[in-house]
Amino acid sequence: MTTPLPSQPRAASPRAGRGLQAGRTRVALLLLVPMLLVLAAVAGYPLLRTIYLSFTEYNILTDPAPKWIGLGNYWFTTEDGVGLGVLQIPEWWQSVWNTVKFTVGSVLLETVLGLAFALMINSKIRGRGLLRTAILVPWAIPTVVSAQMWNWMYNDSFGIISDWGQRLGFLEAGQSFLSNPDTALAALIAVDVWKTTPFMALLLLAGLQTIPSDMYEAADVDGASKWTQFWRLTLPLLTPALLVALIFRTLDALRVFDMPYIVKGNAPETITMSIYARQELILNSQFGFGSAISVLIFLIIMVFTAIYVTSLRVKFD
Amino acid sequence: MKRVLASLSLTLACAAVSQSEAVTLTFACDSVGQGYNECKKGADAWAKQTGNTVRLIQVPKETDQRLALYQQQLGARSADVDVYMIDVVWPGLIGQHLLDLKKYIPAADINRHFPAIVQNNTINGKLVGMPFFTDAGVLYYRTDLLKKYGYSAPPKTWNELATMAQKIQAGERKTNPRFVGFVFQGKNYEGLTCDALEWIASFGGGTIVDSSGKVTINNPKAVQALQAIQGLVGTVAPQAVTTYGEEEARNVWQAGNAAFMRNWPYAYAAGQQEGSAVRGKIGVAALPAGPGGKPAATLGGWQLAVNAYSKNPKEAASLVQYLTGVQEQKRRAVEASYNPTIASLYKDKDVLKAVPFFGSLYDVFTNAVARPATVTGSKYNQVSDAFSTAVYNVLTKKSAPGPAMKTLEAQLNRIKGRGW
Repeated sequence: MTTPLPSQPRAASPRAGRGLQAGRTRVALLLLVPMLLVLAAVAGYPLLRTIYLSFTEYNILTDPAPKWIGLGNYWFTTEDGVGLGVLQIPEWWQSVWNTVKFTVGSVLLETVLGLAFALMINSKIRGRGLLRTAILVPWAIPTVVSAQMWNWMYNDSFGIISDWGQRLGFLEAGQSFLSNPDTALAALIAVDVWKTTPFMALLLLAGLQTIPSDMYEAADVDGASKWTQFWRLTLPLLTPALLVALIFRTLDALRVFDMPYIVKGNAPETITMSIYARQELILNSQFGFGSAISVLIFLIIMVFTAIYVTSLRVKFD
Repeated sequence: MKRVLASLSLTLACAAVSQSEAVTLTFACDSVGQGYNECKKGADAWAKQTGNTVRLIQVPKETDQRLALYQQQLGARSADVDVYMIDVVWPGLIGQHLLDLKKYIPAADINRHFPAIVQNNTINGKLVGMPFFTDAGVLYYRTDLLKKYGYSAPPKTWNELATMAQKIQAGERKTNPRFVGFVFQGKNYEGLTCDALEWIASFGGGTIVDSSGKVTINNPKAVQALQAIQGLVGTVAPQAVTTYGEEEARNVWQAGNAAFMRNWPYAYAAGQQEGSAVRGKIGVAALPAGPGGKPAATLGGWQLAVNAYSKNPKEAASLVQYLTGVQEQKRRAVEASYNPTIASLYKDKDVLKAVPFFGSLYDVFTNAVARPATVTGSKYNQVSDAFSTAVYNVLTKKSAPGPAMKTLEAQLNRIKGRGW
């Protein structure tokens, strides 16, 4: 909509102006109502319902209705001293720890590599268009497909990666990077880096293109080296774009489910928070307990977002 | 617009009319090995006979994932799928969403099947599934390799298996670096529960939870069994066996890269197919026993059940009756080595000719060890999940068998709470 606003007549009295303003506000609110209703229905209701269910005991297969148990799903110790709450269960903390390791590892590598790629395709080299398209291929493949593809590449008996590993002496026969519990998480991070670096590169490329080229010309005239230009010019000016990209990726990585699940199932050394939630919620059909886990994931992600937004002073506008 | 609506309602009306004559059933069957094709053959035969149509849908390969999907559909009272193939451990979990088949299938047809399985499928007096095929874990061995390395019979104990596998693996590795001694299902899922129950039961270590509901897993024999199996991983079994399900194990075996394999009977027919590297070299025996114990095989097997919310219960029950009948079970046994659930078929000449071990291992199939599904009821999944995770940690050497079983005991008691 590019209709120009009708200019207010100068002679209008302040009161009439306020009335007009109020009318506009009312219309704007009215126009927003359908959107707000939709948001409340698709985002608000499920969220509130999950929070409510997290305070109940509810096995969908056996219980006719949710039963209120307060904070019992989060913290509950029986008379025999057995902890039943999710915060007392080691498997939950293992999944949190796995997810954090996965997030830090993958986001860090993706940022560094993504920045390198972005700088490369931003420079004036031949075949730049083709390169930009080609780099997006891993990102364009559906995760299910690429995860299964990597699963096969990692396979100990016919996978190419295991073959290389075995030839180079990193692996013995019958071993793969996935089967060794000490390297499994790193192997999954590698898949995520392969898949998501292009996305990072794209976001950073957009940021790079907003930096005016005359600044570099001025720097050249002043005799600044390329290295100095990168640290003193490119990086500071890229910071806003970099931070938005970091938030995007961090939140995504904290919720990761599909790729690790397809490759490793619910193996304890790679189980993520979302896989753990699914296992309790869907497979064990404990809706109350599973909802408590979902709420905790929600809170953890919120904390990460709050840290980013406040400590780094990101401006979204 | 009106005209469109009118013609639309007319088509719908026609569809409704034609539906009362011939119906379309949706069938969630199998996907492991030749499962899909064999289900299709049977369902098509019934469809041809009755003039109805059966739409077979693709289902996940692993049983846990199937259960997760079906639980959601049934929990939402969806009528989308009419007939489900359900695992032997599911009746207690999803039974209340399934139709009582006694009302549709004559008692004579029901009583033909193994009573233990019919009993297993009866929940609160409701027969929620008709036995489709039974399963028990068996040991596959390479007849040619046993001969080559001077063995006349398959191993009787786990120790023997380790020694034989070691010798064969060492010899074969000289020409085939990919060769391994023994493969099984070591991934953290329901399949590992089945395998580990066999090891523990064959050492005399019980069945995780006994029939009275007491958690029995933390005992010296169970620990001993896990110690023995932990010792196999990384020596005669590849370390990557902890990423194998049924199909991954079968792929290694069928490519001719393993001396022994633990799997279900379906792998026999699959391995005898054209193009298989082990065709004609497959021997099948009872699984080995522990010291002082006797061989144990986990009871598997699948049932056919009708969705209680199905719009065509009569036709669905008729399909189930056909597929679980003598004629179809015989066809499936001969063509794809699925174990019948009807005793007389184990004496049938054609069946025994196609799958000789059905005769020699009859006792294994009828005395298989059941997973503690009945006693743990709706909590079975949590029990199985805790058990397989604990065993998985032992196989990956993240924990020692003794402490692992102690932690597991506490965890199972936690799941048990005030009662199963």
